[in-house]
Amino acid sequence: MSGEPATPPPASADRPRGTGLDLLTTPPPERARWRVLPARVIAMCVVELQKLRHDRTELYTRAIQPALWLLVFGETFTRIQAIPTNGVPYLDYLAPGIIAQSTMFIAIFYGIQIIWERDSGVLTKLMVTPTPRPALVTGKAFAAGVKAVIQAVVVVVIAALLGVAMTWNPLRLAGVIVVVVLGSAFFSCLSMSIAGIVLTRDRLMGIGQAITMPLFFASNALYPTTAMPAWLQAISTVNPLSYQVDALRGLLLGTPAHLPLDVGVLLAAAVAGITAASALLRRLAR
Amino acid sequence: MTDESFTSALTCEGLRYSFGQTRAVDDLDLSVASGEIFGLLGPNGAGKTTAIRCVTTLLPVRSGMVRVFGRDAATEPMAVRRLLGYVPQQLSADSRLTGRENVSLFARVFDIPRRERAARVTQALEAVGLADVADRLAETYSGGMVRRLELAQALVSAPRLLILDEPTIGLDPIARAGVWEHIQAVRAATGMTVLVTTHYMDEADQYCDRVALMHQGRVRAIGTPGQLTEELRARRGDESAPTLEDVFRDVAGSDLNEEGGAFRDVRRARNTASRVG
Repeated sequence: MSGEPATPPPASADRPRGTGLDLLTTPPPERARWRVLPARVIAMCVVELQKLRHDRTELYTRAIQPALWLLVFGETFTRIQAIPTNGVPYLDYLAPGIIAQSTMFIAIFYGIQIIWERDSGVLTKLMVTPTPRPALVTGKAFAAGVKAVIQAVVVVVIAALLGVAMTWNPLRLAGVIVVVVLGSAFFSCLSMSIAGIVLTRDRLMGIGQAITMPLFFASNALYPTTAMPAWLQAISTVNPLSYQVDALRGLLLGTPAHLPLDVGVLLAAAVAGITAASALLRRLAR
Repeated sequence: MTDESFTSALTCEGLRYSFGQTRAVDDLDLSVASGEIFGLLGPNGAGKTTAIRCVTTLLPVRSGMVRVFGRDAATEPMAVRRLLGYVPQQLSADSRLTGRENVSLFARVFDIPRRERAARVTQALEAVGLADVADRLAETYSGGMVRRLELAQALVSAPRLLILDEPTIGLDPIARAGVWEHIQAVRAATGMTVLVTTHYMDEADQYCDRVALMHQGRVRAIGTPGQLTEELRARRGDESAPTLEDVFRDVAGSDLNEEGGAFRDVRRARNTASRVG
């Protein structure tokens, strides 16, 4: 056995002139540690926006369900006045709930994209970049948030067309974006965590289908928790969707809300989700 | 030429990795010199990909040692990743992005400053001959073009060690030659070290400076293709020139069977092949 390295070819002596690869010989400088996380979040969000720019089909198809909820369910229940909303027209009451619900639906199936990226080599390659796993997951979570914000804008426009009186105060709308991104970060991390456990698209689809409706119905999206039986109220209290809906209602309609609590719960849920998904991402790398 | 050219780009010592009872990599020793194109050869299931995944920090190094330009993969994974350009076996470009966007993503995640980003991305695309089609969606690319795009993604961060896992799997002979020509041109222009796995012995013979033949998790022979074939010819004492494949049959002996390769590997290779085809 000959273990001696052969003479490597001259690295620079016969470097061809004019090929213009000079930049590819100098490694980029290392970025300060605190800047890695925001840089990865921006990178992932940019990619998400680029994909949406190339293919907007998803944007249109995803507008159908919330439109139906508002148009059919909302209009009907406004008419029969069966739900105690403290004097708010039911359609107005429902609109923030549908924003929360439809952005949650997008986020909860975000793990499918992770599984797709795993089955192709996209995820593997990202994991060999100087990106700590939590930074990668956070980037993905915010990328899911980008999709959710666009969806929220669509639902707000539909609701406005149906005559829902919402705020146009830019500060409050900025608050809506924060709440939508945080909620979406949690639900997309929940989805990525499930992806890390079940590892296949089919199983994730099944679990996603199984949990979205219970999360929706066991929240205050359609009716106030006071109208619920006690056991359902208990579930609603630990359901982050309820806090998202409460915050959105407060911000968009000006109804009494518990904004600090809502944002606090959503933030804690997002951090917990990122932690869990980062820990489980290793399984997807194998 | 400076001494630096002769430093070790990659050193593995006593590397072991097991999946349950299966020893995928079993006491692997390997040294790749800076600037060479090094081929890691072996059949499906020989442990090539597992070894590569330990080097790329995708799998933890639990037993043994892996160093990339002196940085330890177990203790300094981020430093190691900054030195690496990695092209996995599967098609890893995102078909829903353009060629330029695909490369740009990797410029971002390797922290290339904004003022250099566009120029670097263009150079990486030029290096693989994709500058003219850079703004088309990757889903419109041929198999060979996708492979070259993936090469550009790996090159944009100016890696010192480029790792290519089965870069020509599923490609037709012309596309294979095209991929290799670009690998060689980039190596000539930048002097980067290239570690490539393949089970095409003819490619290794033609393009690699040195090769290691791997079988059942170990390196069974290492040297230049010429050395290995010459040694076998001298030992056999016959006139006909043996090929690398003959050398491989010789070192693997009667152990060579068709049981290598887990179902997932086979499925993955075929998926890659069918998506390329």
